[in-house]
Amino acid sequence: METHIQVKNLNVYYGKQQALKDVNIEIPKKQITVIMGPSGCGKTTLLKSLNRFLELTDGTQITGEVLLDGTNIYDREVDVTEVRKVVGLLAQRPSPLPMSIYDNVVYGMNIHRMKKDRKEYKAAVRHYLEIAGLWEEVHKRLHDPATSLSIGQQQRLCLARGLAVEPEIILGDEPTSALDPISSQNIESRLIDLKQQYTTVIVTHTLRQAKRLADYVIYMYMGEVIEAGLAKDVFSNPQHERTRQYLEGLF
Amino acid sequence: MSASQLIQKTAGRLIRPAHTPRTRQNNFAQRTFFVFTLLPVILILIVTVALIVRSLPILNAYPLSDLIFGKVWKPTNGQFGFLPFILGTFWVTAVGVILAVPPCLLVSIYLAEYAHAKTRSFAKPVLDLLAAIPPVVYGVWGLLAIVPFVDKVLAPLSTRWLGAVSIFSVNQPTGFGILAAGIVLAVMIAPLIISVMYEIFSTVPNDLRHASLAVGATQWQTIRNIILPQVGPGIIAAIVLGASRALGETIAVLMVVGNVPQIPTSIFDSAYPLPALIANNYGEMMSIPLYDAALLSAALVLLVVILIFNILSMLVIQRMLRRKWAS
Amino acid sequence: MGFLKKKRWQRRHLMEAFMKFIMRVSLVIVAGALGLILWIIVVRGLPALSWDMVTKIPEGGYYMGKGGGILNAILGSLYLAAGGTFLAMIFSVPIAMYLKTYLGDSKWGQYVRLALDVLWGIPSIVYGAFGFTLMIALGIRASLLAGIIILALIELPIMTRAMDEVIRRMPVDLEHAALALGSTKFEVALRVVTRQMLPGITTAILLGFGRGIGDAASVLFTAGYTDRIPTSLMRPTASLPLAVFFQLGSPYPEVQQRGYAAALILTIIVLVVSLGSRWLSARLNKYTIK
Repeated sequence: METHIQVKNLNVYYGKQQALKDVNIEIPKKQITVIMGPSGCGKTTLLKSLNRFLELTDGTQITGEVLLDGTNIYDREVDVTEVRKVVGLLAQRPSPLPMSIYDNVVYGMNIHRMKKDRKEYKAAVRHYLEIAGLWEEVHKRLHDPATSLSIGQQQRLCLARGLAVEPEIILGDEPTSALDPISSQNIESRLIDLKQQYTTVIVTHTLRQAKRLADYVIYMYMGEVIEAGLAKDVFSNPQHERTRQYLEGLF
Repeated sequence: MSASQLIQKTAGRLIRPAHTPRTRQNNFAQRTFFVFTLLPVILILIVTVALIVRSLPILNAYPLSDLIFGKVWKPTNGQFGFLPFILGTFWVTAVGVILAVPPCLLVSIYLAEYAHAKTRSFAKPVLDLLAAIPPVVYGVWGLLAIVPFVDKVLAPLSTRWLGAVSIFSVNQPTGFGILAAGIVLAVMIAPLIISVMYEIFSTVPNDLRHASLAVGATQWQTIRNIILPQVGPGIIAAIVLGASRALGETIAVLMVVGNVPQIPTSIFDSAYPLPALIANNYGEMMSIPLYDAALLSAALVLLVVILIFNILSMLVIQRMLRRKWAS
Repeated sequence: MGFLKKKRWQRRHLMEAFMKFIMRVSLVIVAGALGLILWIIVVRGLPALSWDMVTKIPEGGYYMGKGGGILNAILGSLYLAAGGTFLAMIFSVPIAMYLKTYLGDSKWGQYVRLALDVLWGIPSIVYGAFGFTLMIALGIRASLLAGIIILALIELPIMTRAMDEVIRRMPVDLEHAALALGSTKFEVALRVVTRQMLPGITTAILLGFGRGIGDAASVLFTAGYTDRIPTSLMRPTASLPLAVFFQLGSPYPEVQQRGYAAALILTIIVLVVSLGSRWLSARLNKYTIK
């Protein structure tokens, strides 16, 4: 199993409060890694440390390293926008940009000037909407505002927008928590399809979803990684008491 | 169902009847308070009506077009041409707003999008103090610093490089004039414009910022492509609000603008804005026929323009801020 | 690190750096303007500032450079601003309370706030002209009282909105808790809201006072000017802004100097009031539930 992301001695503080305590984990390439744990345990913080979103909050302090194929993304020489291009994020709530469906998908590509002409952009929009499973539903109204879509469709649009900048990694911050069951299922099956090509890291608060998706599991509690390993091992035979309690639904 | 039946129905547990002293006190208070809230609305109406009534004599004596487009101001001869004053007001306000808007926009973007809490907590008192400094102190500053600066630095520079362009030509080399007044006004209206723009920027939900940053946009790309299109109307409203403050500013402008009733052709010319006209002549306005009506009609014109500017911009700003509360 | 390395010369990165740079420059310009204003006022005002300036009224020949001070204007301004603030208080507290307790964000509440904001925008010269016409109609001469009334009109919207902004942030839970205990809305206003309003009222008083003491265009018409300290509400009174303004208009350099000193005194008062309001509201905020 090849390691894609390696987190080394990561500590995160919000002001004086420590949100992550000495986190050391490895995230495998082209697998789905699920971060789970009770709310407030730091799973979202860990996720957002991977695309340097933590620094958007005032007063956040970060020490340690996050290595992406061996490069520390917190290195001074590293371009944060390149990091975020390589590491895509699917947010908790769908956040369509206030523009048309088409422009939403084009947005990132345009930012990075990835295509040469309209024809290429058009082809790319179709390609990524198809990947996200949205093309059939929207190809007749590409120039409608993105906000006219249903919540579930919006989330798939955000997925297409994220994929369009050709990332290697997809982060999902409870990406289905705002969606109805059918839309959730839809997103989940997209993510499973996509793991052939992308390293995927998902935060979830539902154990069932973790069991459905995970190849690899990280269990966190109070800012610490308690246990990490192959999903089948952790779910069937947890090594730690806390993990066992969580899996049994004791808290 | 009568009250007595109701009381029987709720057997034992008596519902308090509607007219206890306490509820009566509440109703009375509500009515009194309500009258108080009428006060602001009534006040606007009274001020407007009073000025209309008092300017009627001159509006009846001369056709409106003569007053607005008349170029000669000789109250003793019965000539009341407001054009030089209207244009003076316009020039001074325009220069002030043009100078103020670019830095104010940049500062408000910086404070809303880039600055750390520390920078913000430094900028807030600076803006508060700028807003607190009295107009007359701005006037003194203008007199001591800006007028000489315009005279000794900007005017020679302009003669050298921009002399061919008529609005930059130096015809009256004193330093007193539209540019000096514009610079002073720009600083005076900056705190208001910046704080309104800052509020407007903070109405944009963070989700949008994050969505753009997540695909690898730089912050400026995010601001240009996502945030600015969202706040357009609010920014315009902030500028209009700033302009309306500049329109009515009296003492500071009066002290540096030169007060020459002429039709300005260059930013280095002296001018004579409406507020300065009113302030300088109130003393003798009762001695000449129609003079008081003329000055009060000048106040009326100012008031009406400012009311329109204010109401329009406030409506836009209030709507944008409510959107923030709602989301 | 290769592919993640910063491409500093890429257009968008240059743009980012450039925009950030000019934003910082703009902030420095704005802050610098404040510094420059204070610097000029201090440097030019300090030499002429003397004990006599703040303790004496103008003596004979003062306006030709002879002895005396501007105590008349200092006291006059304090009377005017204090009176105006007091009068504005009487009206602004009930309005702010009504806005909070009864109106909230209702339509009428929005209209009242809009009206207040619009009033705030009316320039003081217009208030002055309005006051002047009113005085003529009523046959009143320029006086301390007239000045106080006009200043109260100017301060009313500022003070009401300042209080409104503070108490608006007060949690509804508290109010609902009181209502749930069976209080009427009036009792809530009286007992709960007033306590929460304390920081708002303090801020409002200082804000209104600061605005009132600095305003020149309105008192020019209504309060007049005199070398004596006013002994009655019906007498005219001097004021600091006008003392600055008139002395600067003098052809005598000594008198102009005193104009600068008067400007310094005015600036100091306004700065103390403004900084004081920040300090006080920060302190008082500790004792209210947020």
